[in-house]
Amino acid sequence: MTFVAKPKAHHPKLPKNELGLTRRDYEGSVSTLCAGCGHDSVSAAIVQACAELSIPPHMFAKVSGIGCSSKTPSYFLGNSHGFNSVHGRMPSVATGAKLANRELYCIGVSGDGDTASIGMGQFAHIVRRRINMLYVVDNNGTYGLTKGQFSATNDLGSTSKKGLPNLYEPIDLVSMALQLGASFVARSFSGDKRQLVPLLKAGLMHEGFAFIDVISPCVAFNNHSGSTKSYEYVRGHSESMIASDFVPPGEEITADYEPGTTETVQMPDGSKLHLNKLDADYDPHDRVAALAHVQQRAAAGEIVTGLLYVDPDATDTHEILNTIDTPLNQLNEAELCPGSDKLHSINESFR
Amino acid sequence: MSSDTPQVRYNDCVIRFANVNGSGSASANGMFAKALFRMGIPVATRNIFPSNIQGLPTWFEVRVSDANYLGRREGVDLMVAMNAETYTEDVASVVPGGYLLYDSSKPLAAHLKRDDIHEIGVPLAQLVLPEFSDPKQRSLFKNIVYLGVLSALLEIDFDTITGMVSAQYKGKDHLIQPNINALELGRGYAQTYLGGPLPFRVRFSDGVGDRIMVDGNTAAGLGAIYGGASVCAWYPITPSTSVAEAFEKYANQLRMDGDQRKFAIIQAEDELSAIGIVIGAAWNGARSFTATSGPGVSLMGEFLGLAYFAEIPAVLWDIQRAGPSTGMPTRTQQSDVLSAAYASHGDTKHVVLFPATPKECFEFGATSLDLADRLQTPILVLSDLELGMNDNLSEPFEWDDSRRYDRGKVLTAEQLDEVERFGRYVDLDGDGIGTRTYPGTHPDKGAFFTRGTSRDEYAVYTESPEEYHANMQRLERKWETAAKIVPKPEITNHGRKVGAIFYGTTALPMQEALDQLAEQGIEVDTMRLRAFPFSEEVFSFIEEHEEVFVIEQNRDSQMRSLLVNEGEIDPAKLVPVTYYAGLSISADFIRDSIADHYSATKRAQLTEVTR
Ligand SMILES: Cc1ncc(C[n+]2csc(CCOP(=O)(O)OP(=O)(O)O)c2C)c(N)n1
Ligand code: SF4
Ligand SMILES: [Mg+2]
Repeated sequence: MTFVAKPKAHHPKLPKNELGLTRRDYEGSVSTLCAGCGHDSVSAAIVQACAELSIPPHMFAKVSGIGCSSKTPSYFLGNSHGFNSVHGRMPSVATGAKLANRELYCIGVSGDGDTASIGMGQFAHIVRRRINMLYVVDNNGTYGLTKGQFSATNDLGSTSKKGLPNLYEPIDLVSMALQLGASFVARSFSGDKRQLVPLLKAGLMHEGFAFIDVISPCVAFNNHSGSTKSYEYVRGHSESMIASDFVPPGEEITADYEPGTTETVQMPDGSKLHLNKLDADYDPHDRVAALAHVQQRAAAGEIVTGLLYVDPDATDTHEILNTIDTPLNQLNEAELCPGSDKLHSINESFR
Repeated sequence: MSSDTPQVRYNDCVIRFANVNGSGSASANGMFAKALFRMGIPVATRNIFPSNIQGLPTWFEVRVSDANYLGRREGVDLMVAMNAETYTEDVASVVPGGYLLYDSSKPLAAHLKRDDIHEIGVPLAQLVLPEFSDPKQRSLFKNIVYLGVLSALLEIDFDTITGMVSAQYKGKDHLIQPNINALELGRGYAQTYLGGPLPFRVRFSDGVGDRIMVDGNTAAGLGAIYGGASVCAWYPITPSTSVAEAFEKYANQLRMDGDQRKFAIIQAEDELSAIGIVIGAAWNGARSFTATSGPGVSLMGEFLGLAYFAEIPAVLWDIQRAGPSTGMPTRTQQSDVLSAAYASHGDTKHVVLFPATPKECFEFGATSLDLADRLQTPILVLSDLELGMNDNLSEPFEWDDSRRYDRGKVLTAEQLDEVERFGRYVDLDGDGIGTRTYPGTHPDKGAFFTRGTSRDEYAVYTESPEEYHANMQRLERKWETAAKIVPKPEITNHGRKVGAIFYGTTALPMQEALDQLAEQGIEVDTMRLRAFPFSEEVFSFIEEHEEVFVIEQNRDSQMRSLLVNEGEIDPAKLVPVTYYAGLSISADFIRDSIADHYSATKRAQLTEVTR
């Protein structure tokens, strides 16, 4: 199938941002994901966040691995360069891209398979390296693209579409990111745009590594009653805040609930998800408390959403390496090549 | 010592030091080689070391040759046997009539005695005993004492050696005098008790000329700096580690803007990440490279296929070591030829360069970056442990200040303004190479989506059989372009019947082998390959010779397979000569392999008619 870019006929009524651009200017090509796929909601939220931030669309670099989630960079920011790399290795590509040009905003999109299984090593190390980027995991608790196998974020005992139970302990990416030193850690739900958009904006503006785990149900393979990543379940077990204004045909389930409350989301197939939105007085500057809170709520069967931790004095890789302010990819030969005179004295040192 | 001293041989011998790893012998041995080099004598050094930090046997071999025969030669003229554990094999490796220098503080076991060699016992341990109180110092200075002994036995210029000691300990001046004392201790002992110098000795020479002594990995790291690499990502693996270390060391001196760096180096979590970082950086317009060895190339396979298919520049140095698997990680081999050329699944193939000297490592360090940008594809540079980690005599590095980087087809914002519709993979010039843009170049033109999946000329995903096929065909056209612009082979063609093909460090012993073969009436034309894909010249050379030896350091004749495969050459015409036991290939081995191939009658025919 080939995709034709959407005509950018500007609707006169669409609101314009500071650059005079509308949301349309931040959209990508037409999605080919299943109707109602949570990942499309995440893409829509990214479009809105980028537009609202008034960042010129070409100043983004989009990177991803492989999976339905990793396809999504095609579906937002059509005027930016994108790189759909190999399975689980987006972090390394993002690292290289960001080293080459520190001025670009880097958005990485990955899946739970892409990050928590094959890409676990790279994920851990990009967090450590503190690349200044926004890293989004579209977490659906399944391998969507390869048709519904369990992923490592599945809760013990949750069942597959075929009714088989998951036998292994889950990996909680938010806890991992906190432990590994990420300077911005958040969780949200694809259907909770009121919460997700501000989090994406904050993550993009964060001067360091920003991680957002977005629970993003897979309507094809993981949206049944035995799943803990279904729309229902998440809505029902989430602790957190938002309204959604984007409803794809029929099936998307949204959540709009107040901070400090728990919302139970009912899935089409009857499953429930309990989202717990962080209280307004929650202090997001305490890494240890954040970790404890996530785990306490998890023990109570709830999924904490919202901004869990942010370090306002975050550093990034360029600061650590003490590289110059000019993007490395803009250095010219005079700045890069030491020249023949220097080489003569180097030769001399080998005599 | 022998009284039947034959004719004195100057500047032509092999000296081997047998030590225990981690005993401090490396710096003494290094000074020995450097002193000869400073006397103007061509030398080659070879470290034969274990995959271990301390306590295992290690050897250091110095080939001294005014004739510039710097490859490995079988047989040791003087063995400095300092490791009791390896005495047996060390004694056995001495040529008949050769010499064995050992520590006679303890008597040499009877079974180690050989009638046909000369033993030189020096009571090293006893000599250092009264001089140094600290046992660690004693064992360190033992090395310096035997250096003093050697200076007398070989007539090494003493000022040169003491000068080296002073230079070595500059800044730690209190160490200079004790070292010089130790040198004098050994030298005095030799002069008093060992009679005159050996029948093979050294003397000042002008054989070195303006050449330098440096290892290939340092050269590669420097070449990458001169070639404009600003991102390096790597994961430690012997024997490649010193490429990244050299890059970092020199970049910290040469690529600074005040205290800020004009480069970034990342020690990645593994090789997958290292090559991913390189690809991400190159995609975003920064020249970048990685260095690894065989196991790393295996891990990088998937990414290399991505870079081939998505057409992203990348440079990978593979400092080869003996495989398969972990193999002999500290021994040399040329056994990654096929895995580099065809790294990754699907119809993937890569440009590969084969440097043979440090100077060529320096040049390819820069040229590989140009080629990667020009061809928008990974360039794999295959060096090996022999070249990478040993100090090699080399022509000095050269840089032409008028040289410009070839950044390939990259459009600027102004150029994009002129373009009606940008198409990343449109073959405008018929050379198979499309046009790139870097992210962030233009507000609304030139953005494209890079992917490892099939796409059309405009970088849009497609599963159309026609589009896929056309794209694969274009990649093939690009491959033909590559064959035209990669470094040409170095050919010596006198119209003889027999040819020899070799590459990389196999070049080192070639001249010696050829001279010896000529003495036996076997005249051979030669071609040193420098790159894959093969250019026309490569196949013409094969065409023009009746029989062609392909000499290489792997079991499976990998380069021969590549030639047969890519040039549809009759395998019978290409005779494999392979050495793969982990040392570097020797002139003796090459000579005997080729000579044995020809019976006396066949040999006569060879010299009969030469075109
Ligand atoms: C090396 C490799 N192994 C396996 C695959 C097959 N594969 C493609 S996508 C995928 C899983 C994707 O799961 P996830 O990251 O959760 O993305 P989702 O489709 O669920 O959004 C796998 C295993 C691959 N592309 N590459
Ligand atoms: S399979 Fe699941 S994850 Fe993939 S597009 Fe469909 S709903 Fe989304
Ligand atoms: Mg998934």
